[in-house]
Amino acid sequence: MAKKIKISELGSLFNGMDVESLEGVTIEGDIELEMDTAGGLDPQLAYMLGHETAQVAQHLINISRLLGYPVDQLFGAMAQAAVSGVTRPQELLRSKFEVGRMDDWKNPIQEVTLGATSADGGSRGSTVTLGGENALPYYFDSPMPHRNFVTMDVFDMAIGMAKAVKVNYEDVIESPAEWAKKVVKDFNADMVTIHLISTDPNIKDTSPKEAAETVADVLQAVDVPIVIGGSGNPEKDPEVLEKAAEVAEGERVLLASASLNLDYERIARAANQYGHAVLSWTQLEINAQKELNRKLMKQCDVKREDIIMDPTTAALGYGLDYAYTNMERIRLAGLNGDDELSFPMSSGTTNAWGARESWMVKSPLKEDSDWGPREYRGPIWEIVTGLTLALAGNDLFMMMHPGAVAVIKEITQSLHGSLERDTVDISNWVTAEV
Amino acid sequence: MKINSPLEVYKYLPQTNCGECGEATCMAFGSHVIDRSLQLEDCTPLLEDKFKKKYLELSELMAPEIREVTIGVGERAATVGGDDVLYRHQLTFFDQPALAVDVWDTMSEAELVERVKFITDFKKFYVGRFLRMDMIAVRCTSGDPGTFRETVSKVMENTELPLILCSLDPEVLKAGLEVAGDNKPLLYAATKDNWQAVADLVLEHDVPTVLFAPDDLDTLKSLAGTFLEMGRQDLILDPGTNPQGTMLRESFENFIKLRRAGIKEGQRDIAFPLMSVPMTAYLTAGDEVSSSYWETVLASVFTVRYGDIMILHSIEPFALLPEMHIRDTIYTDPRTPVKVEPKVYEVGSPGKDAPVIVTTNFALTYYTVESDLASNGIDCYLLAADTDGLGVEAAVAGGQLTGQKINDEFKKVDFDFHEKTGHNTIILPGLAARLQGDLEDATGLNVMVGPQDSGQIPPWMEKNWPPKPK
Ligand code: B12
Ligand code: SF4
Repeated sequence: MAKKIKISELGSLFNGMDVESLEGVTIEGDIELEMDTAGGLDPQLAYMLGHETAQVAQHLINISRLLGYPVDQLFGAMAQAAVSGVTRPQELLRSKFEVGRMDDWKNPIQEVTLGATSADGGSRGSTVTLGGENALPYYFDSPMPHRNFVTMDVFDMAIGMAKAVKVNYEDVIESPAEWAKKVVKDFNADMVTIHLISTDPNIKDTSPKEAAETVADVLQAVDVPIVIGGSGNPEKDPEVLEKAAEVAEGERVLLASASLNLDYERIARAANQYGHAVLSWTQLEINAQKELNRKLMKQCDVKREDIIMDPTTAALGYGLDYAYTNMERIRLAGLNGDDELSFPMSSGTTNAWGARESWMVKSPLKEDSDWGPREYRGPIWEIVTGLTLALAGNDLFMMMHPGAVAVIKEITQSLHGSLERDTVDISNWVTAEV
Repeated sequence: MKINSPLEVYKYLPQTNCGECGEATCMAFGSHVIDRSLQLEDCTPLLEDKFKKKYLELSELMAPEIREVTIGVGERAATVGGDDVLYRHQLTFFDQPALAVDVWDTMSEAELVERVKFITDFKKFYVGRFLRMDMIAVRCTSGDPGTFRETVSKVMENTELPLILCSLDPEVLKAGLEVAGDNKPLLYAATKDNWQAVADLVLEHDVPTVLFAPDDLDTLKSLAGTFLEMGRQDLILDPGTNPQGTMLRESFENFIKLRRAGIKEGQRDIAFPLMSVPMTAYLTAGDEVSSSYWETVLASVFTVRYGDIMILHSIEPFALLPEMHIRDTIYTDPRTPVKVEPKVYEVGSPGKDAPVIVTTNFALTYYTVESDLASNGIDCYLLAADTDGLGVEAAVAGGQLTGQKINDEFKKVDFDFHEKTGHNTIILPGLAARLQGDLEDATGLNVMVGPQDSGQIPPWMEKNWPPKPK
């Protein structure tokens, strides 16, 4: 049987002892400490006793650690304190915080202006300039020359929409021109996108000529810069966009889109010929984006100031992780010197409405907690999707819900530093009655 | 993490290729240590005495740049911090931000209990698991330590979630610790005015604490240095979350500055997890819905840019759902393709008249479909076709999901339609409608096209199942 020792002896026993000699040691039974501190223990003695036991404890901790026992996780900072001994500063140790700026962001993002006023041979009342950044969005390294902008979707025919979106457009759904007026006047859109989806042969097969008339109507109805979108049909889009580019000559619209799966050369040529910009659209793949931009510049002679990229937007919960990181990588590559990726970006934020959380009445899963009213879920889904991409470097948002547009503008302009609002005292938020 | 190549790790390892860690070589183990899929402690020989020095050195070198702080005890304890990179594509972010929702000590008991239970139980299924909230922040609005103490105990009776005790009055915090002290709550907060008294509590109870210095990084750093001097490593920094205008921009900058200093510049004395308080959205004028929206917006901003723990007020599902999702979005590991094993799964207990349904092995797709079916009591066979982890639409577009492929997948697992079913029918996702003809040709079976979203399968089944005999 092992020899019994007092706890104070344990300390001196371990002192300076090589650990190897502890192999095979077992500690049996409970360690009991009886102390009567109530009966006026001499303070000095108490201190010494405390010191002694702390020493022992430290040895025990060290042994446990050497035995591979995760003491540090268990005791956390306590073990740390026991080892180093706690010092108590009497005053705050004054220090100054400093941090450097990013010196490898040397390459500015290309500036691209959309829309042309009468001074430049167009008829727009105002223009929109994107890009010009020298840093990630809203970073202090360098001021962001232009705020984010929102272009609101208008369709050339009645389409299916989530209920929360539809209620805003029921009165104008049959007239693209009225629809365009409404988004500019009532919903504060910076730009309008006219989607010519009825031109799809599988939908209405509207002729390019007829589609171009719709574009002319929209240009008449509003004086903000516009984006012209095809139906997404790779065979039909080039001829539709050519005709549309022609009627919009001089207005510096954005043609959406040139992509690798259609005849992008025709779209690039139309842009060059009639003085427009091109949206270079790829699907969540940074190398494809480089390739298409390169082809537009080298093969089709599109000028740098005429290119905006759409690297694809996936909704929150449905691939936004891919979309976010894709955009962030593209923007960082541009800032770090990759001139095939240093262009402003645009996001089809409306895609957020594809997420079931934004439109379904309730969760299809019985195990889920109640999702609450969908009227509120949809807009916030569009907001969070767009906002996340704003932080990754997106410049222009294509959106649908007026409430979502208002919030996206408020937050991006706040982060941009261009919105004055009352200063709120946050020092006592804990006690706030809310 | 001060080193980033397997070779550098290798130098500190026993170099015996003994295989104890489950890897064939020490080099292989080294690369898992670098990507943090294995821990140093998994190499048991390294823990032997003769390697002690190397182990300690390596531990130091491998520690994440941003310290990890654990709050709470037991199963729902949460660890925050632990990040090593500024952008998720450079590795991945570790330790999801903890989302705390507030309660306060002037609530009626009934309201309090209801709110605590709601926060504890709120959940949403996503990719094979439930998204949840993590903590409860108990705010002292009464100013009275006794009232606070009672509220804290009431909260503890009704939840296992870790607590944040919120008051700038040390007496109040002390009262809270009297009942919650053993559960490792987080104290909110030490400031330049109360830090002495809060430090006493922190040292006595060995609990993590937040250091709060709104809009003043010098003071924040001073506080951190002072607490470090006292041996405290489990600190969380709150530089202030201003809810609006140019002050919000300043808060945003502060988060970036702190994280850049911690990770890029290795400034250890501020390399702590950061707290954001999006509930300051409620300090501005606005109705309930707009405050709740704005709080969600702030939470999203600070989830993307470096908040590690947040205090929120709204319990509206339209706020909680996006908050939980954006956190998952940013913290999901970009290195691992999220897929499930490709095979035919049985949902419920399928009999001969149970439908056979095709989907892909992308985890998001599979789990969404599987849970839509299971939750609605639809017994069936579900093929997760091997599309290399792509969803239906992307796989159809890219050619990873074809009629031939689906046929091969059934063959591979010896799924015999004649033996298992009495209907010889396959149901395709609506988004794979164009594979219908090919699949019929390849299998010789009857192929039906389901709705676009698997959430619509139950009503679709009511109308279309069982298939009408031709
Ligand atoms: C994320 C994404 C990607 C990721 C894929 C990530 C992954 N693991 O799948 C990446 C970046 C890799 C990618 C690549 C491509 N993509 Co992609 N991608 C998307 C995106 C943004 C989201 C897809 C998603 O995850 N949806 C969520 C999942 C859960 O949906 P799901 O699998 O379809 O499942 C649902 C339904 O199908 C249904 N369901 C599923 N199973 C079943 C079964 C039955 C019986 C029923 C009834 C229903 C049902 O319910 C599910 C839940 O709602 C979409 C755009 C969008 N929709 O927002 C484009 C999209 C799918 N991609 C597209 C394309 C073209 C591509 C590429 C070909 C691009 C390219 N040119 O390189 C490549 C293809 C890659 C390949 N195959 O090699 C197109 C497809 C167009 C089309 N319809 O043909 C889309 C629609 C974008 C677009 N508008 O052009 N993509
Ligand atoms: S357990 Fe350690 S020594 Fe053995 S192979 Fe793994 S890393 Fe090498």
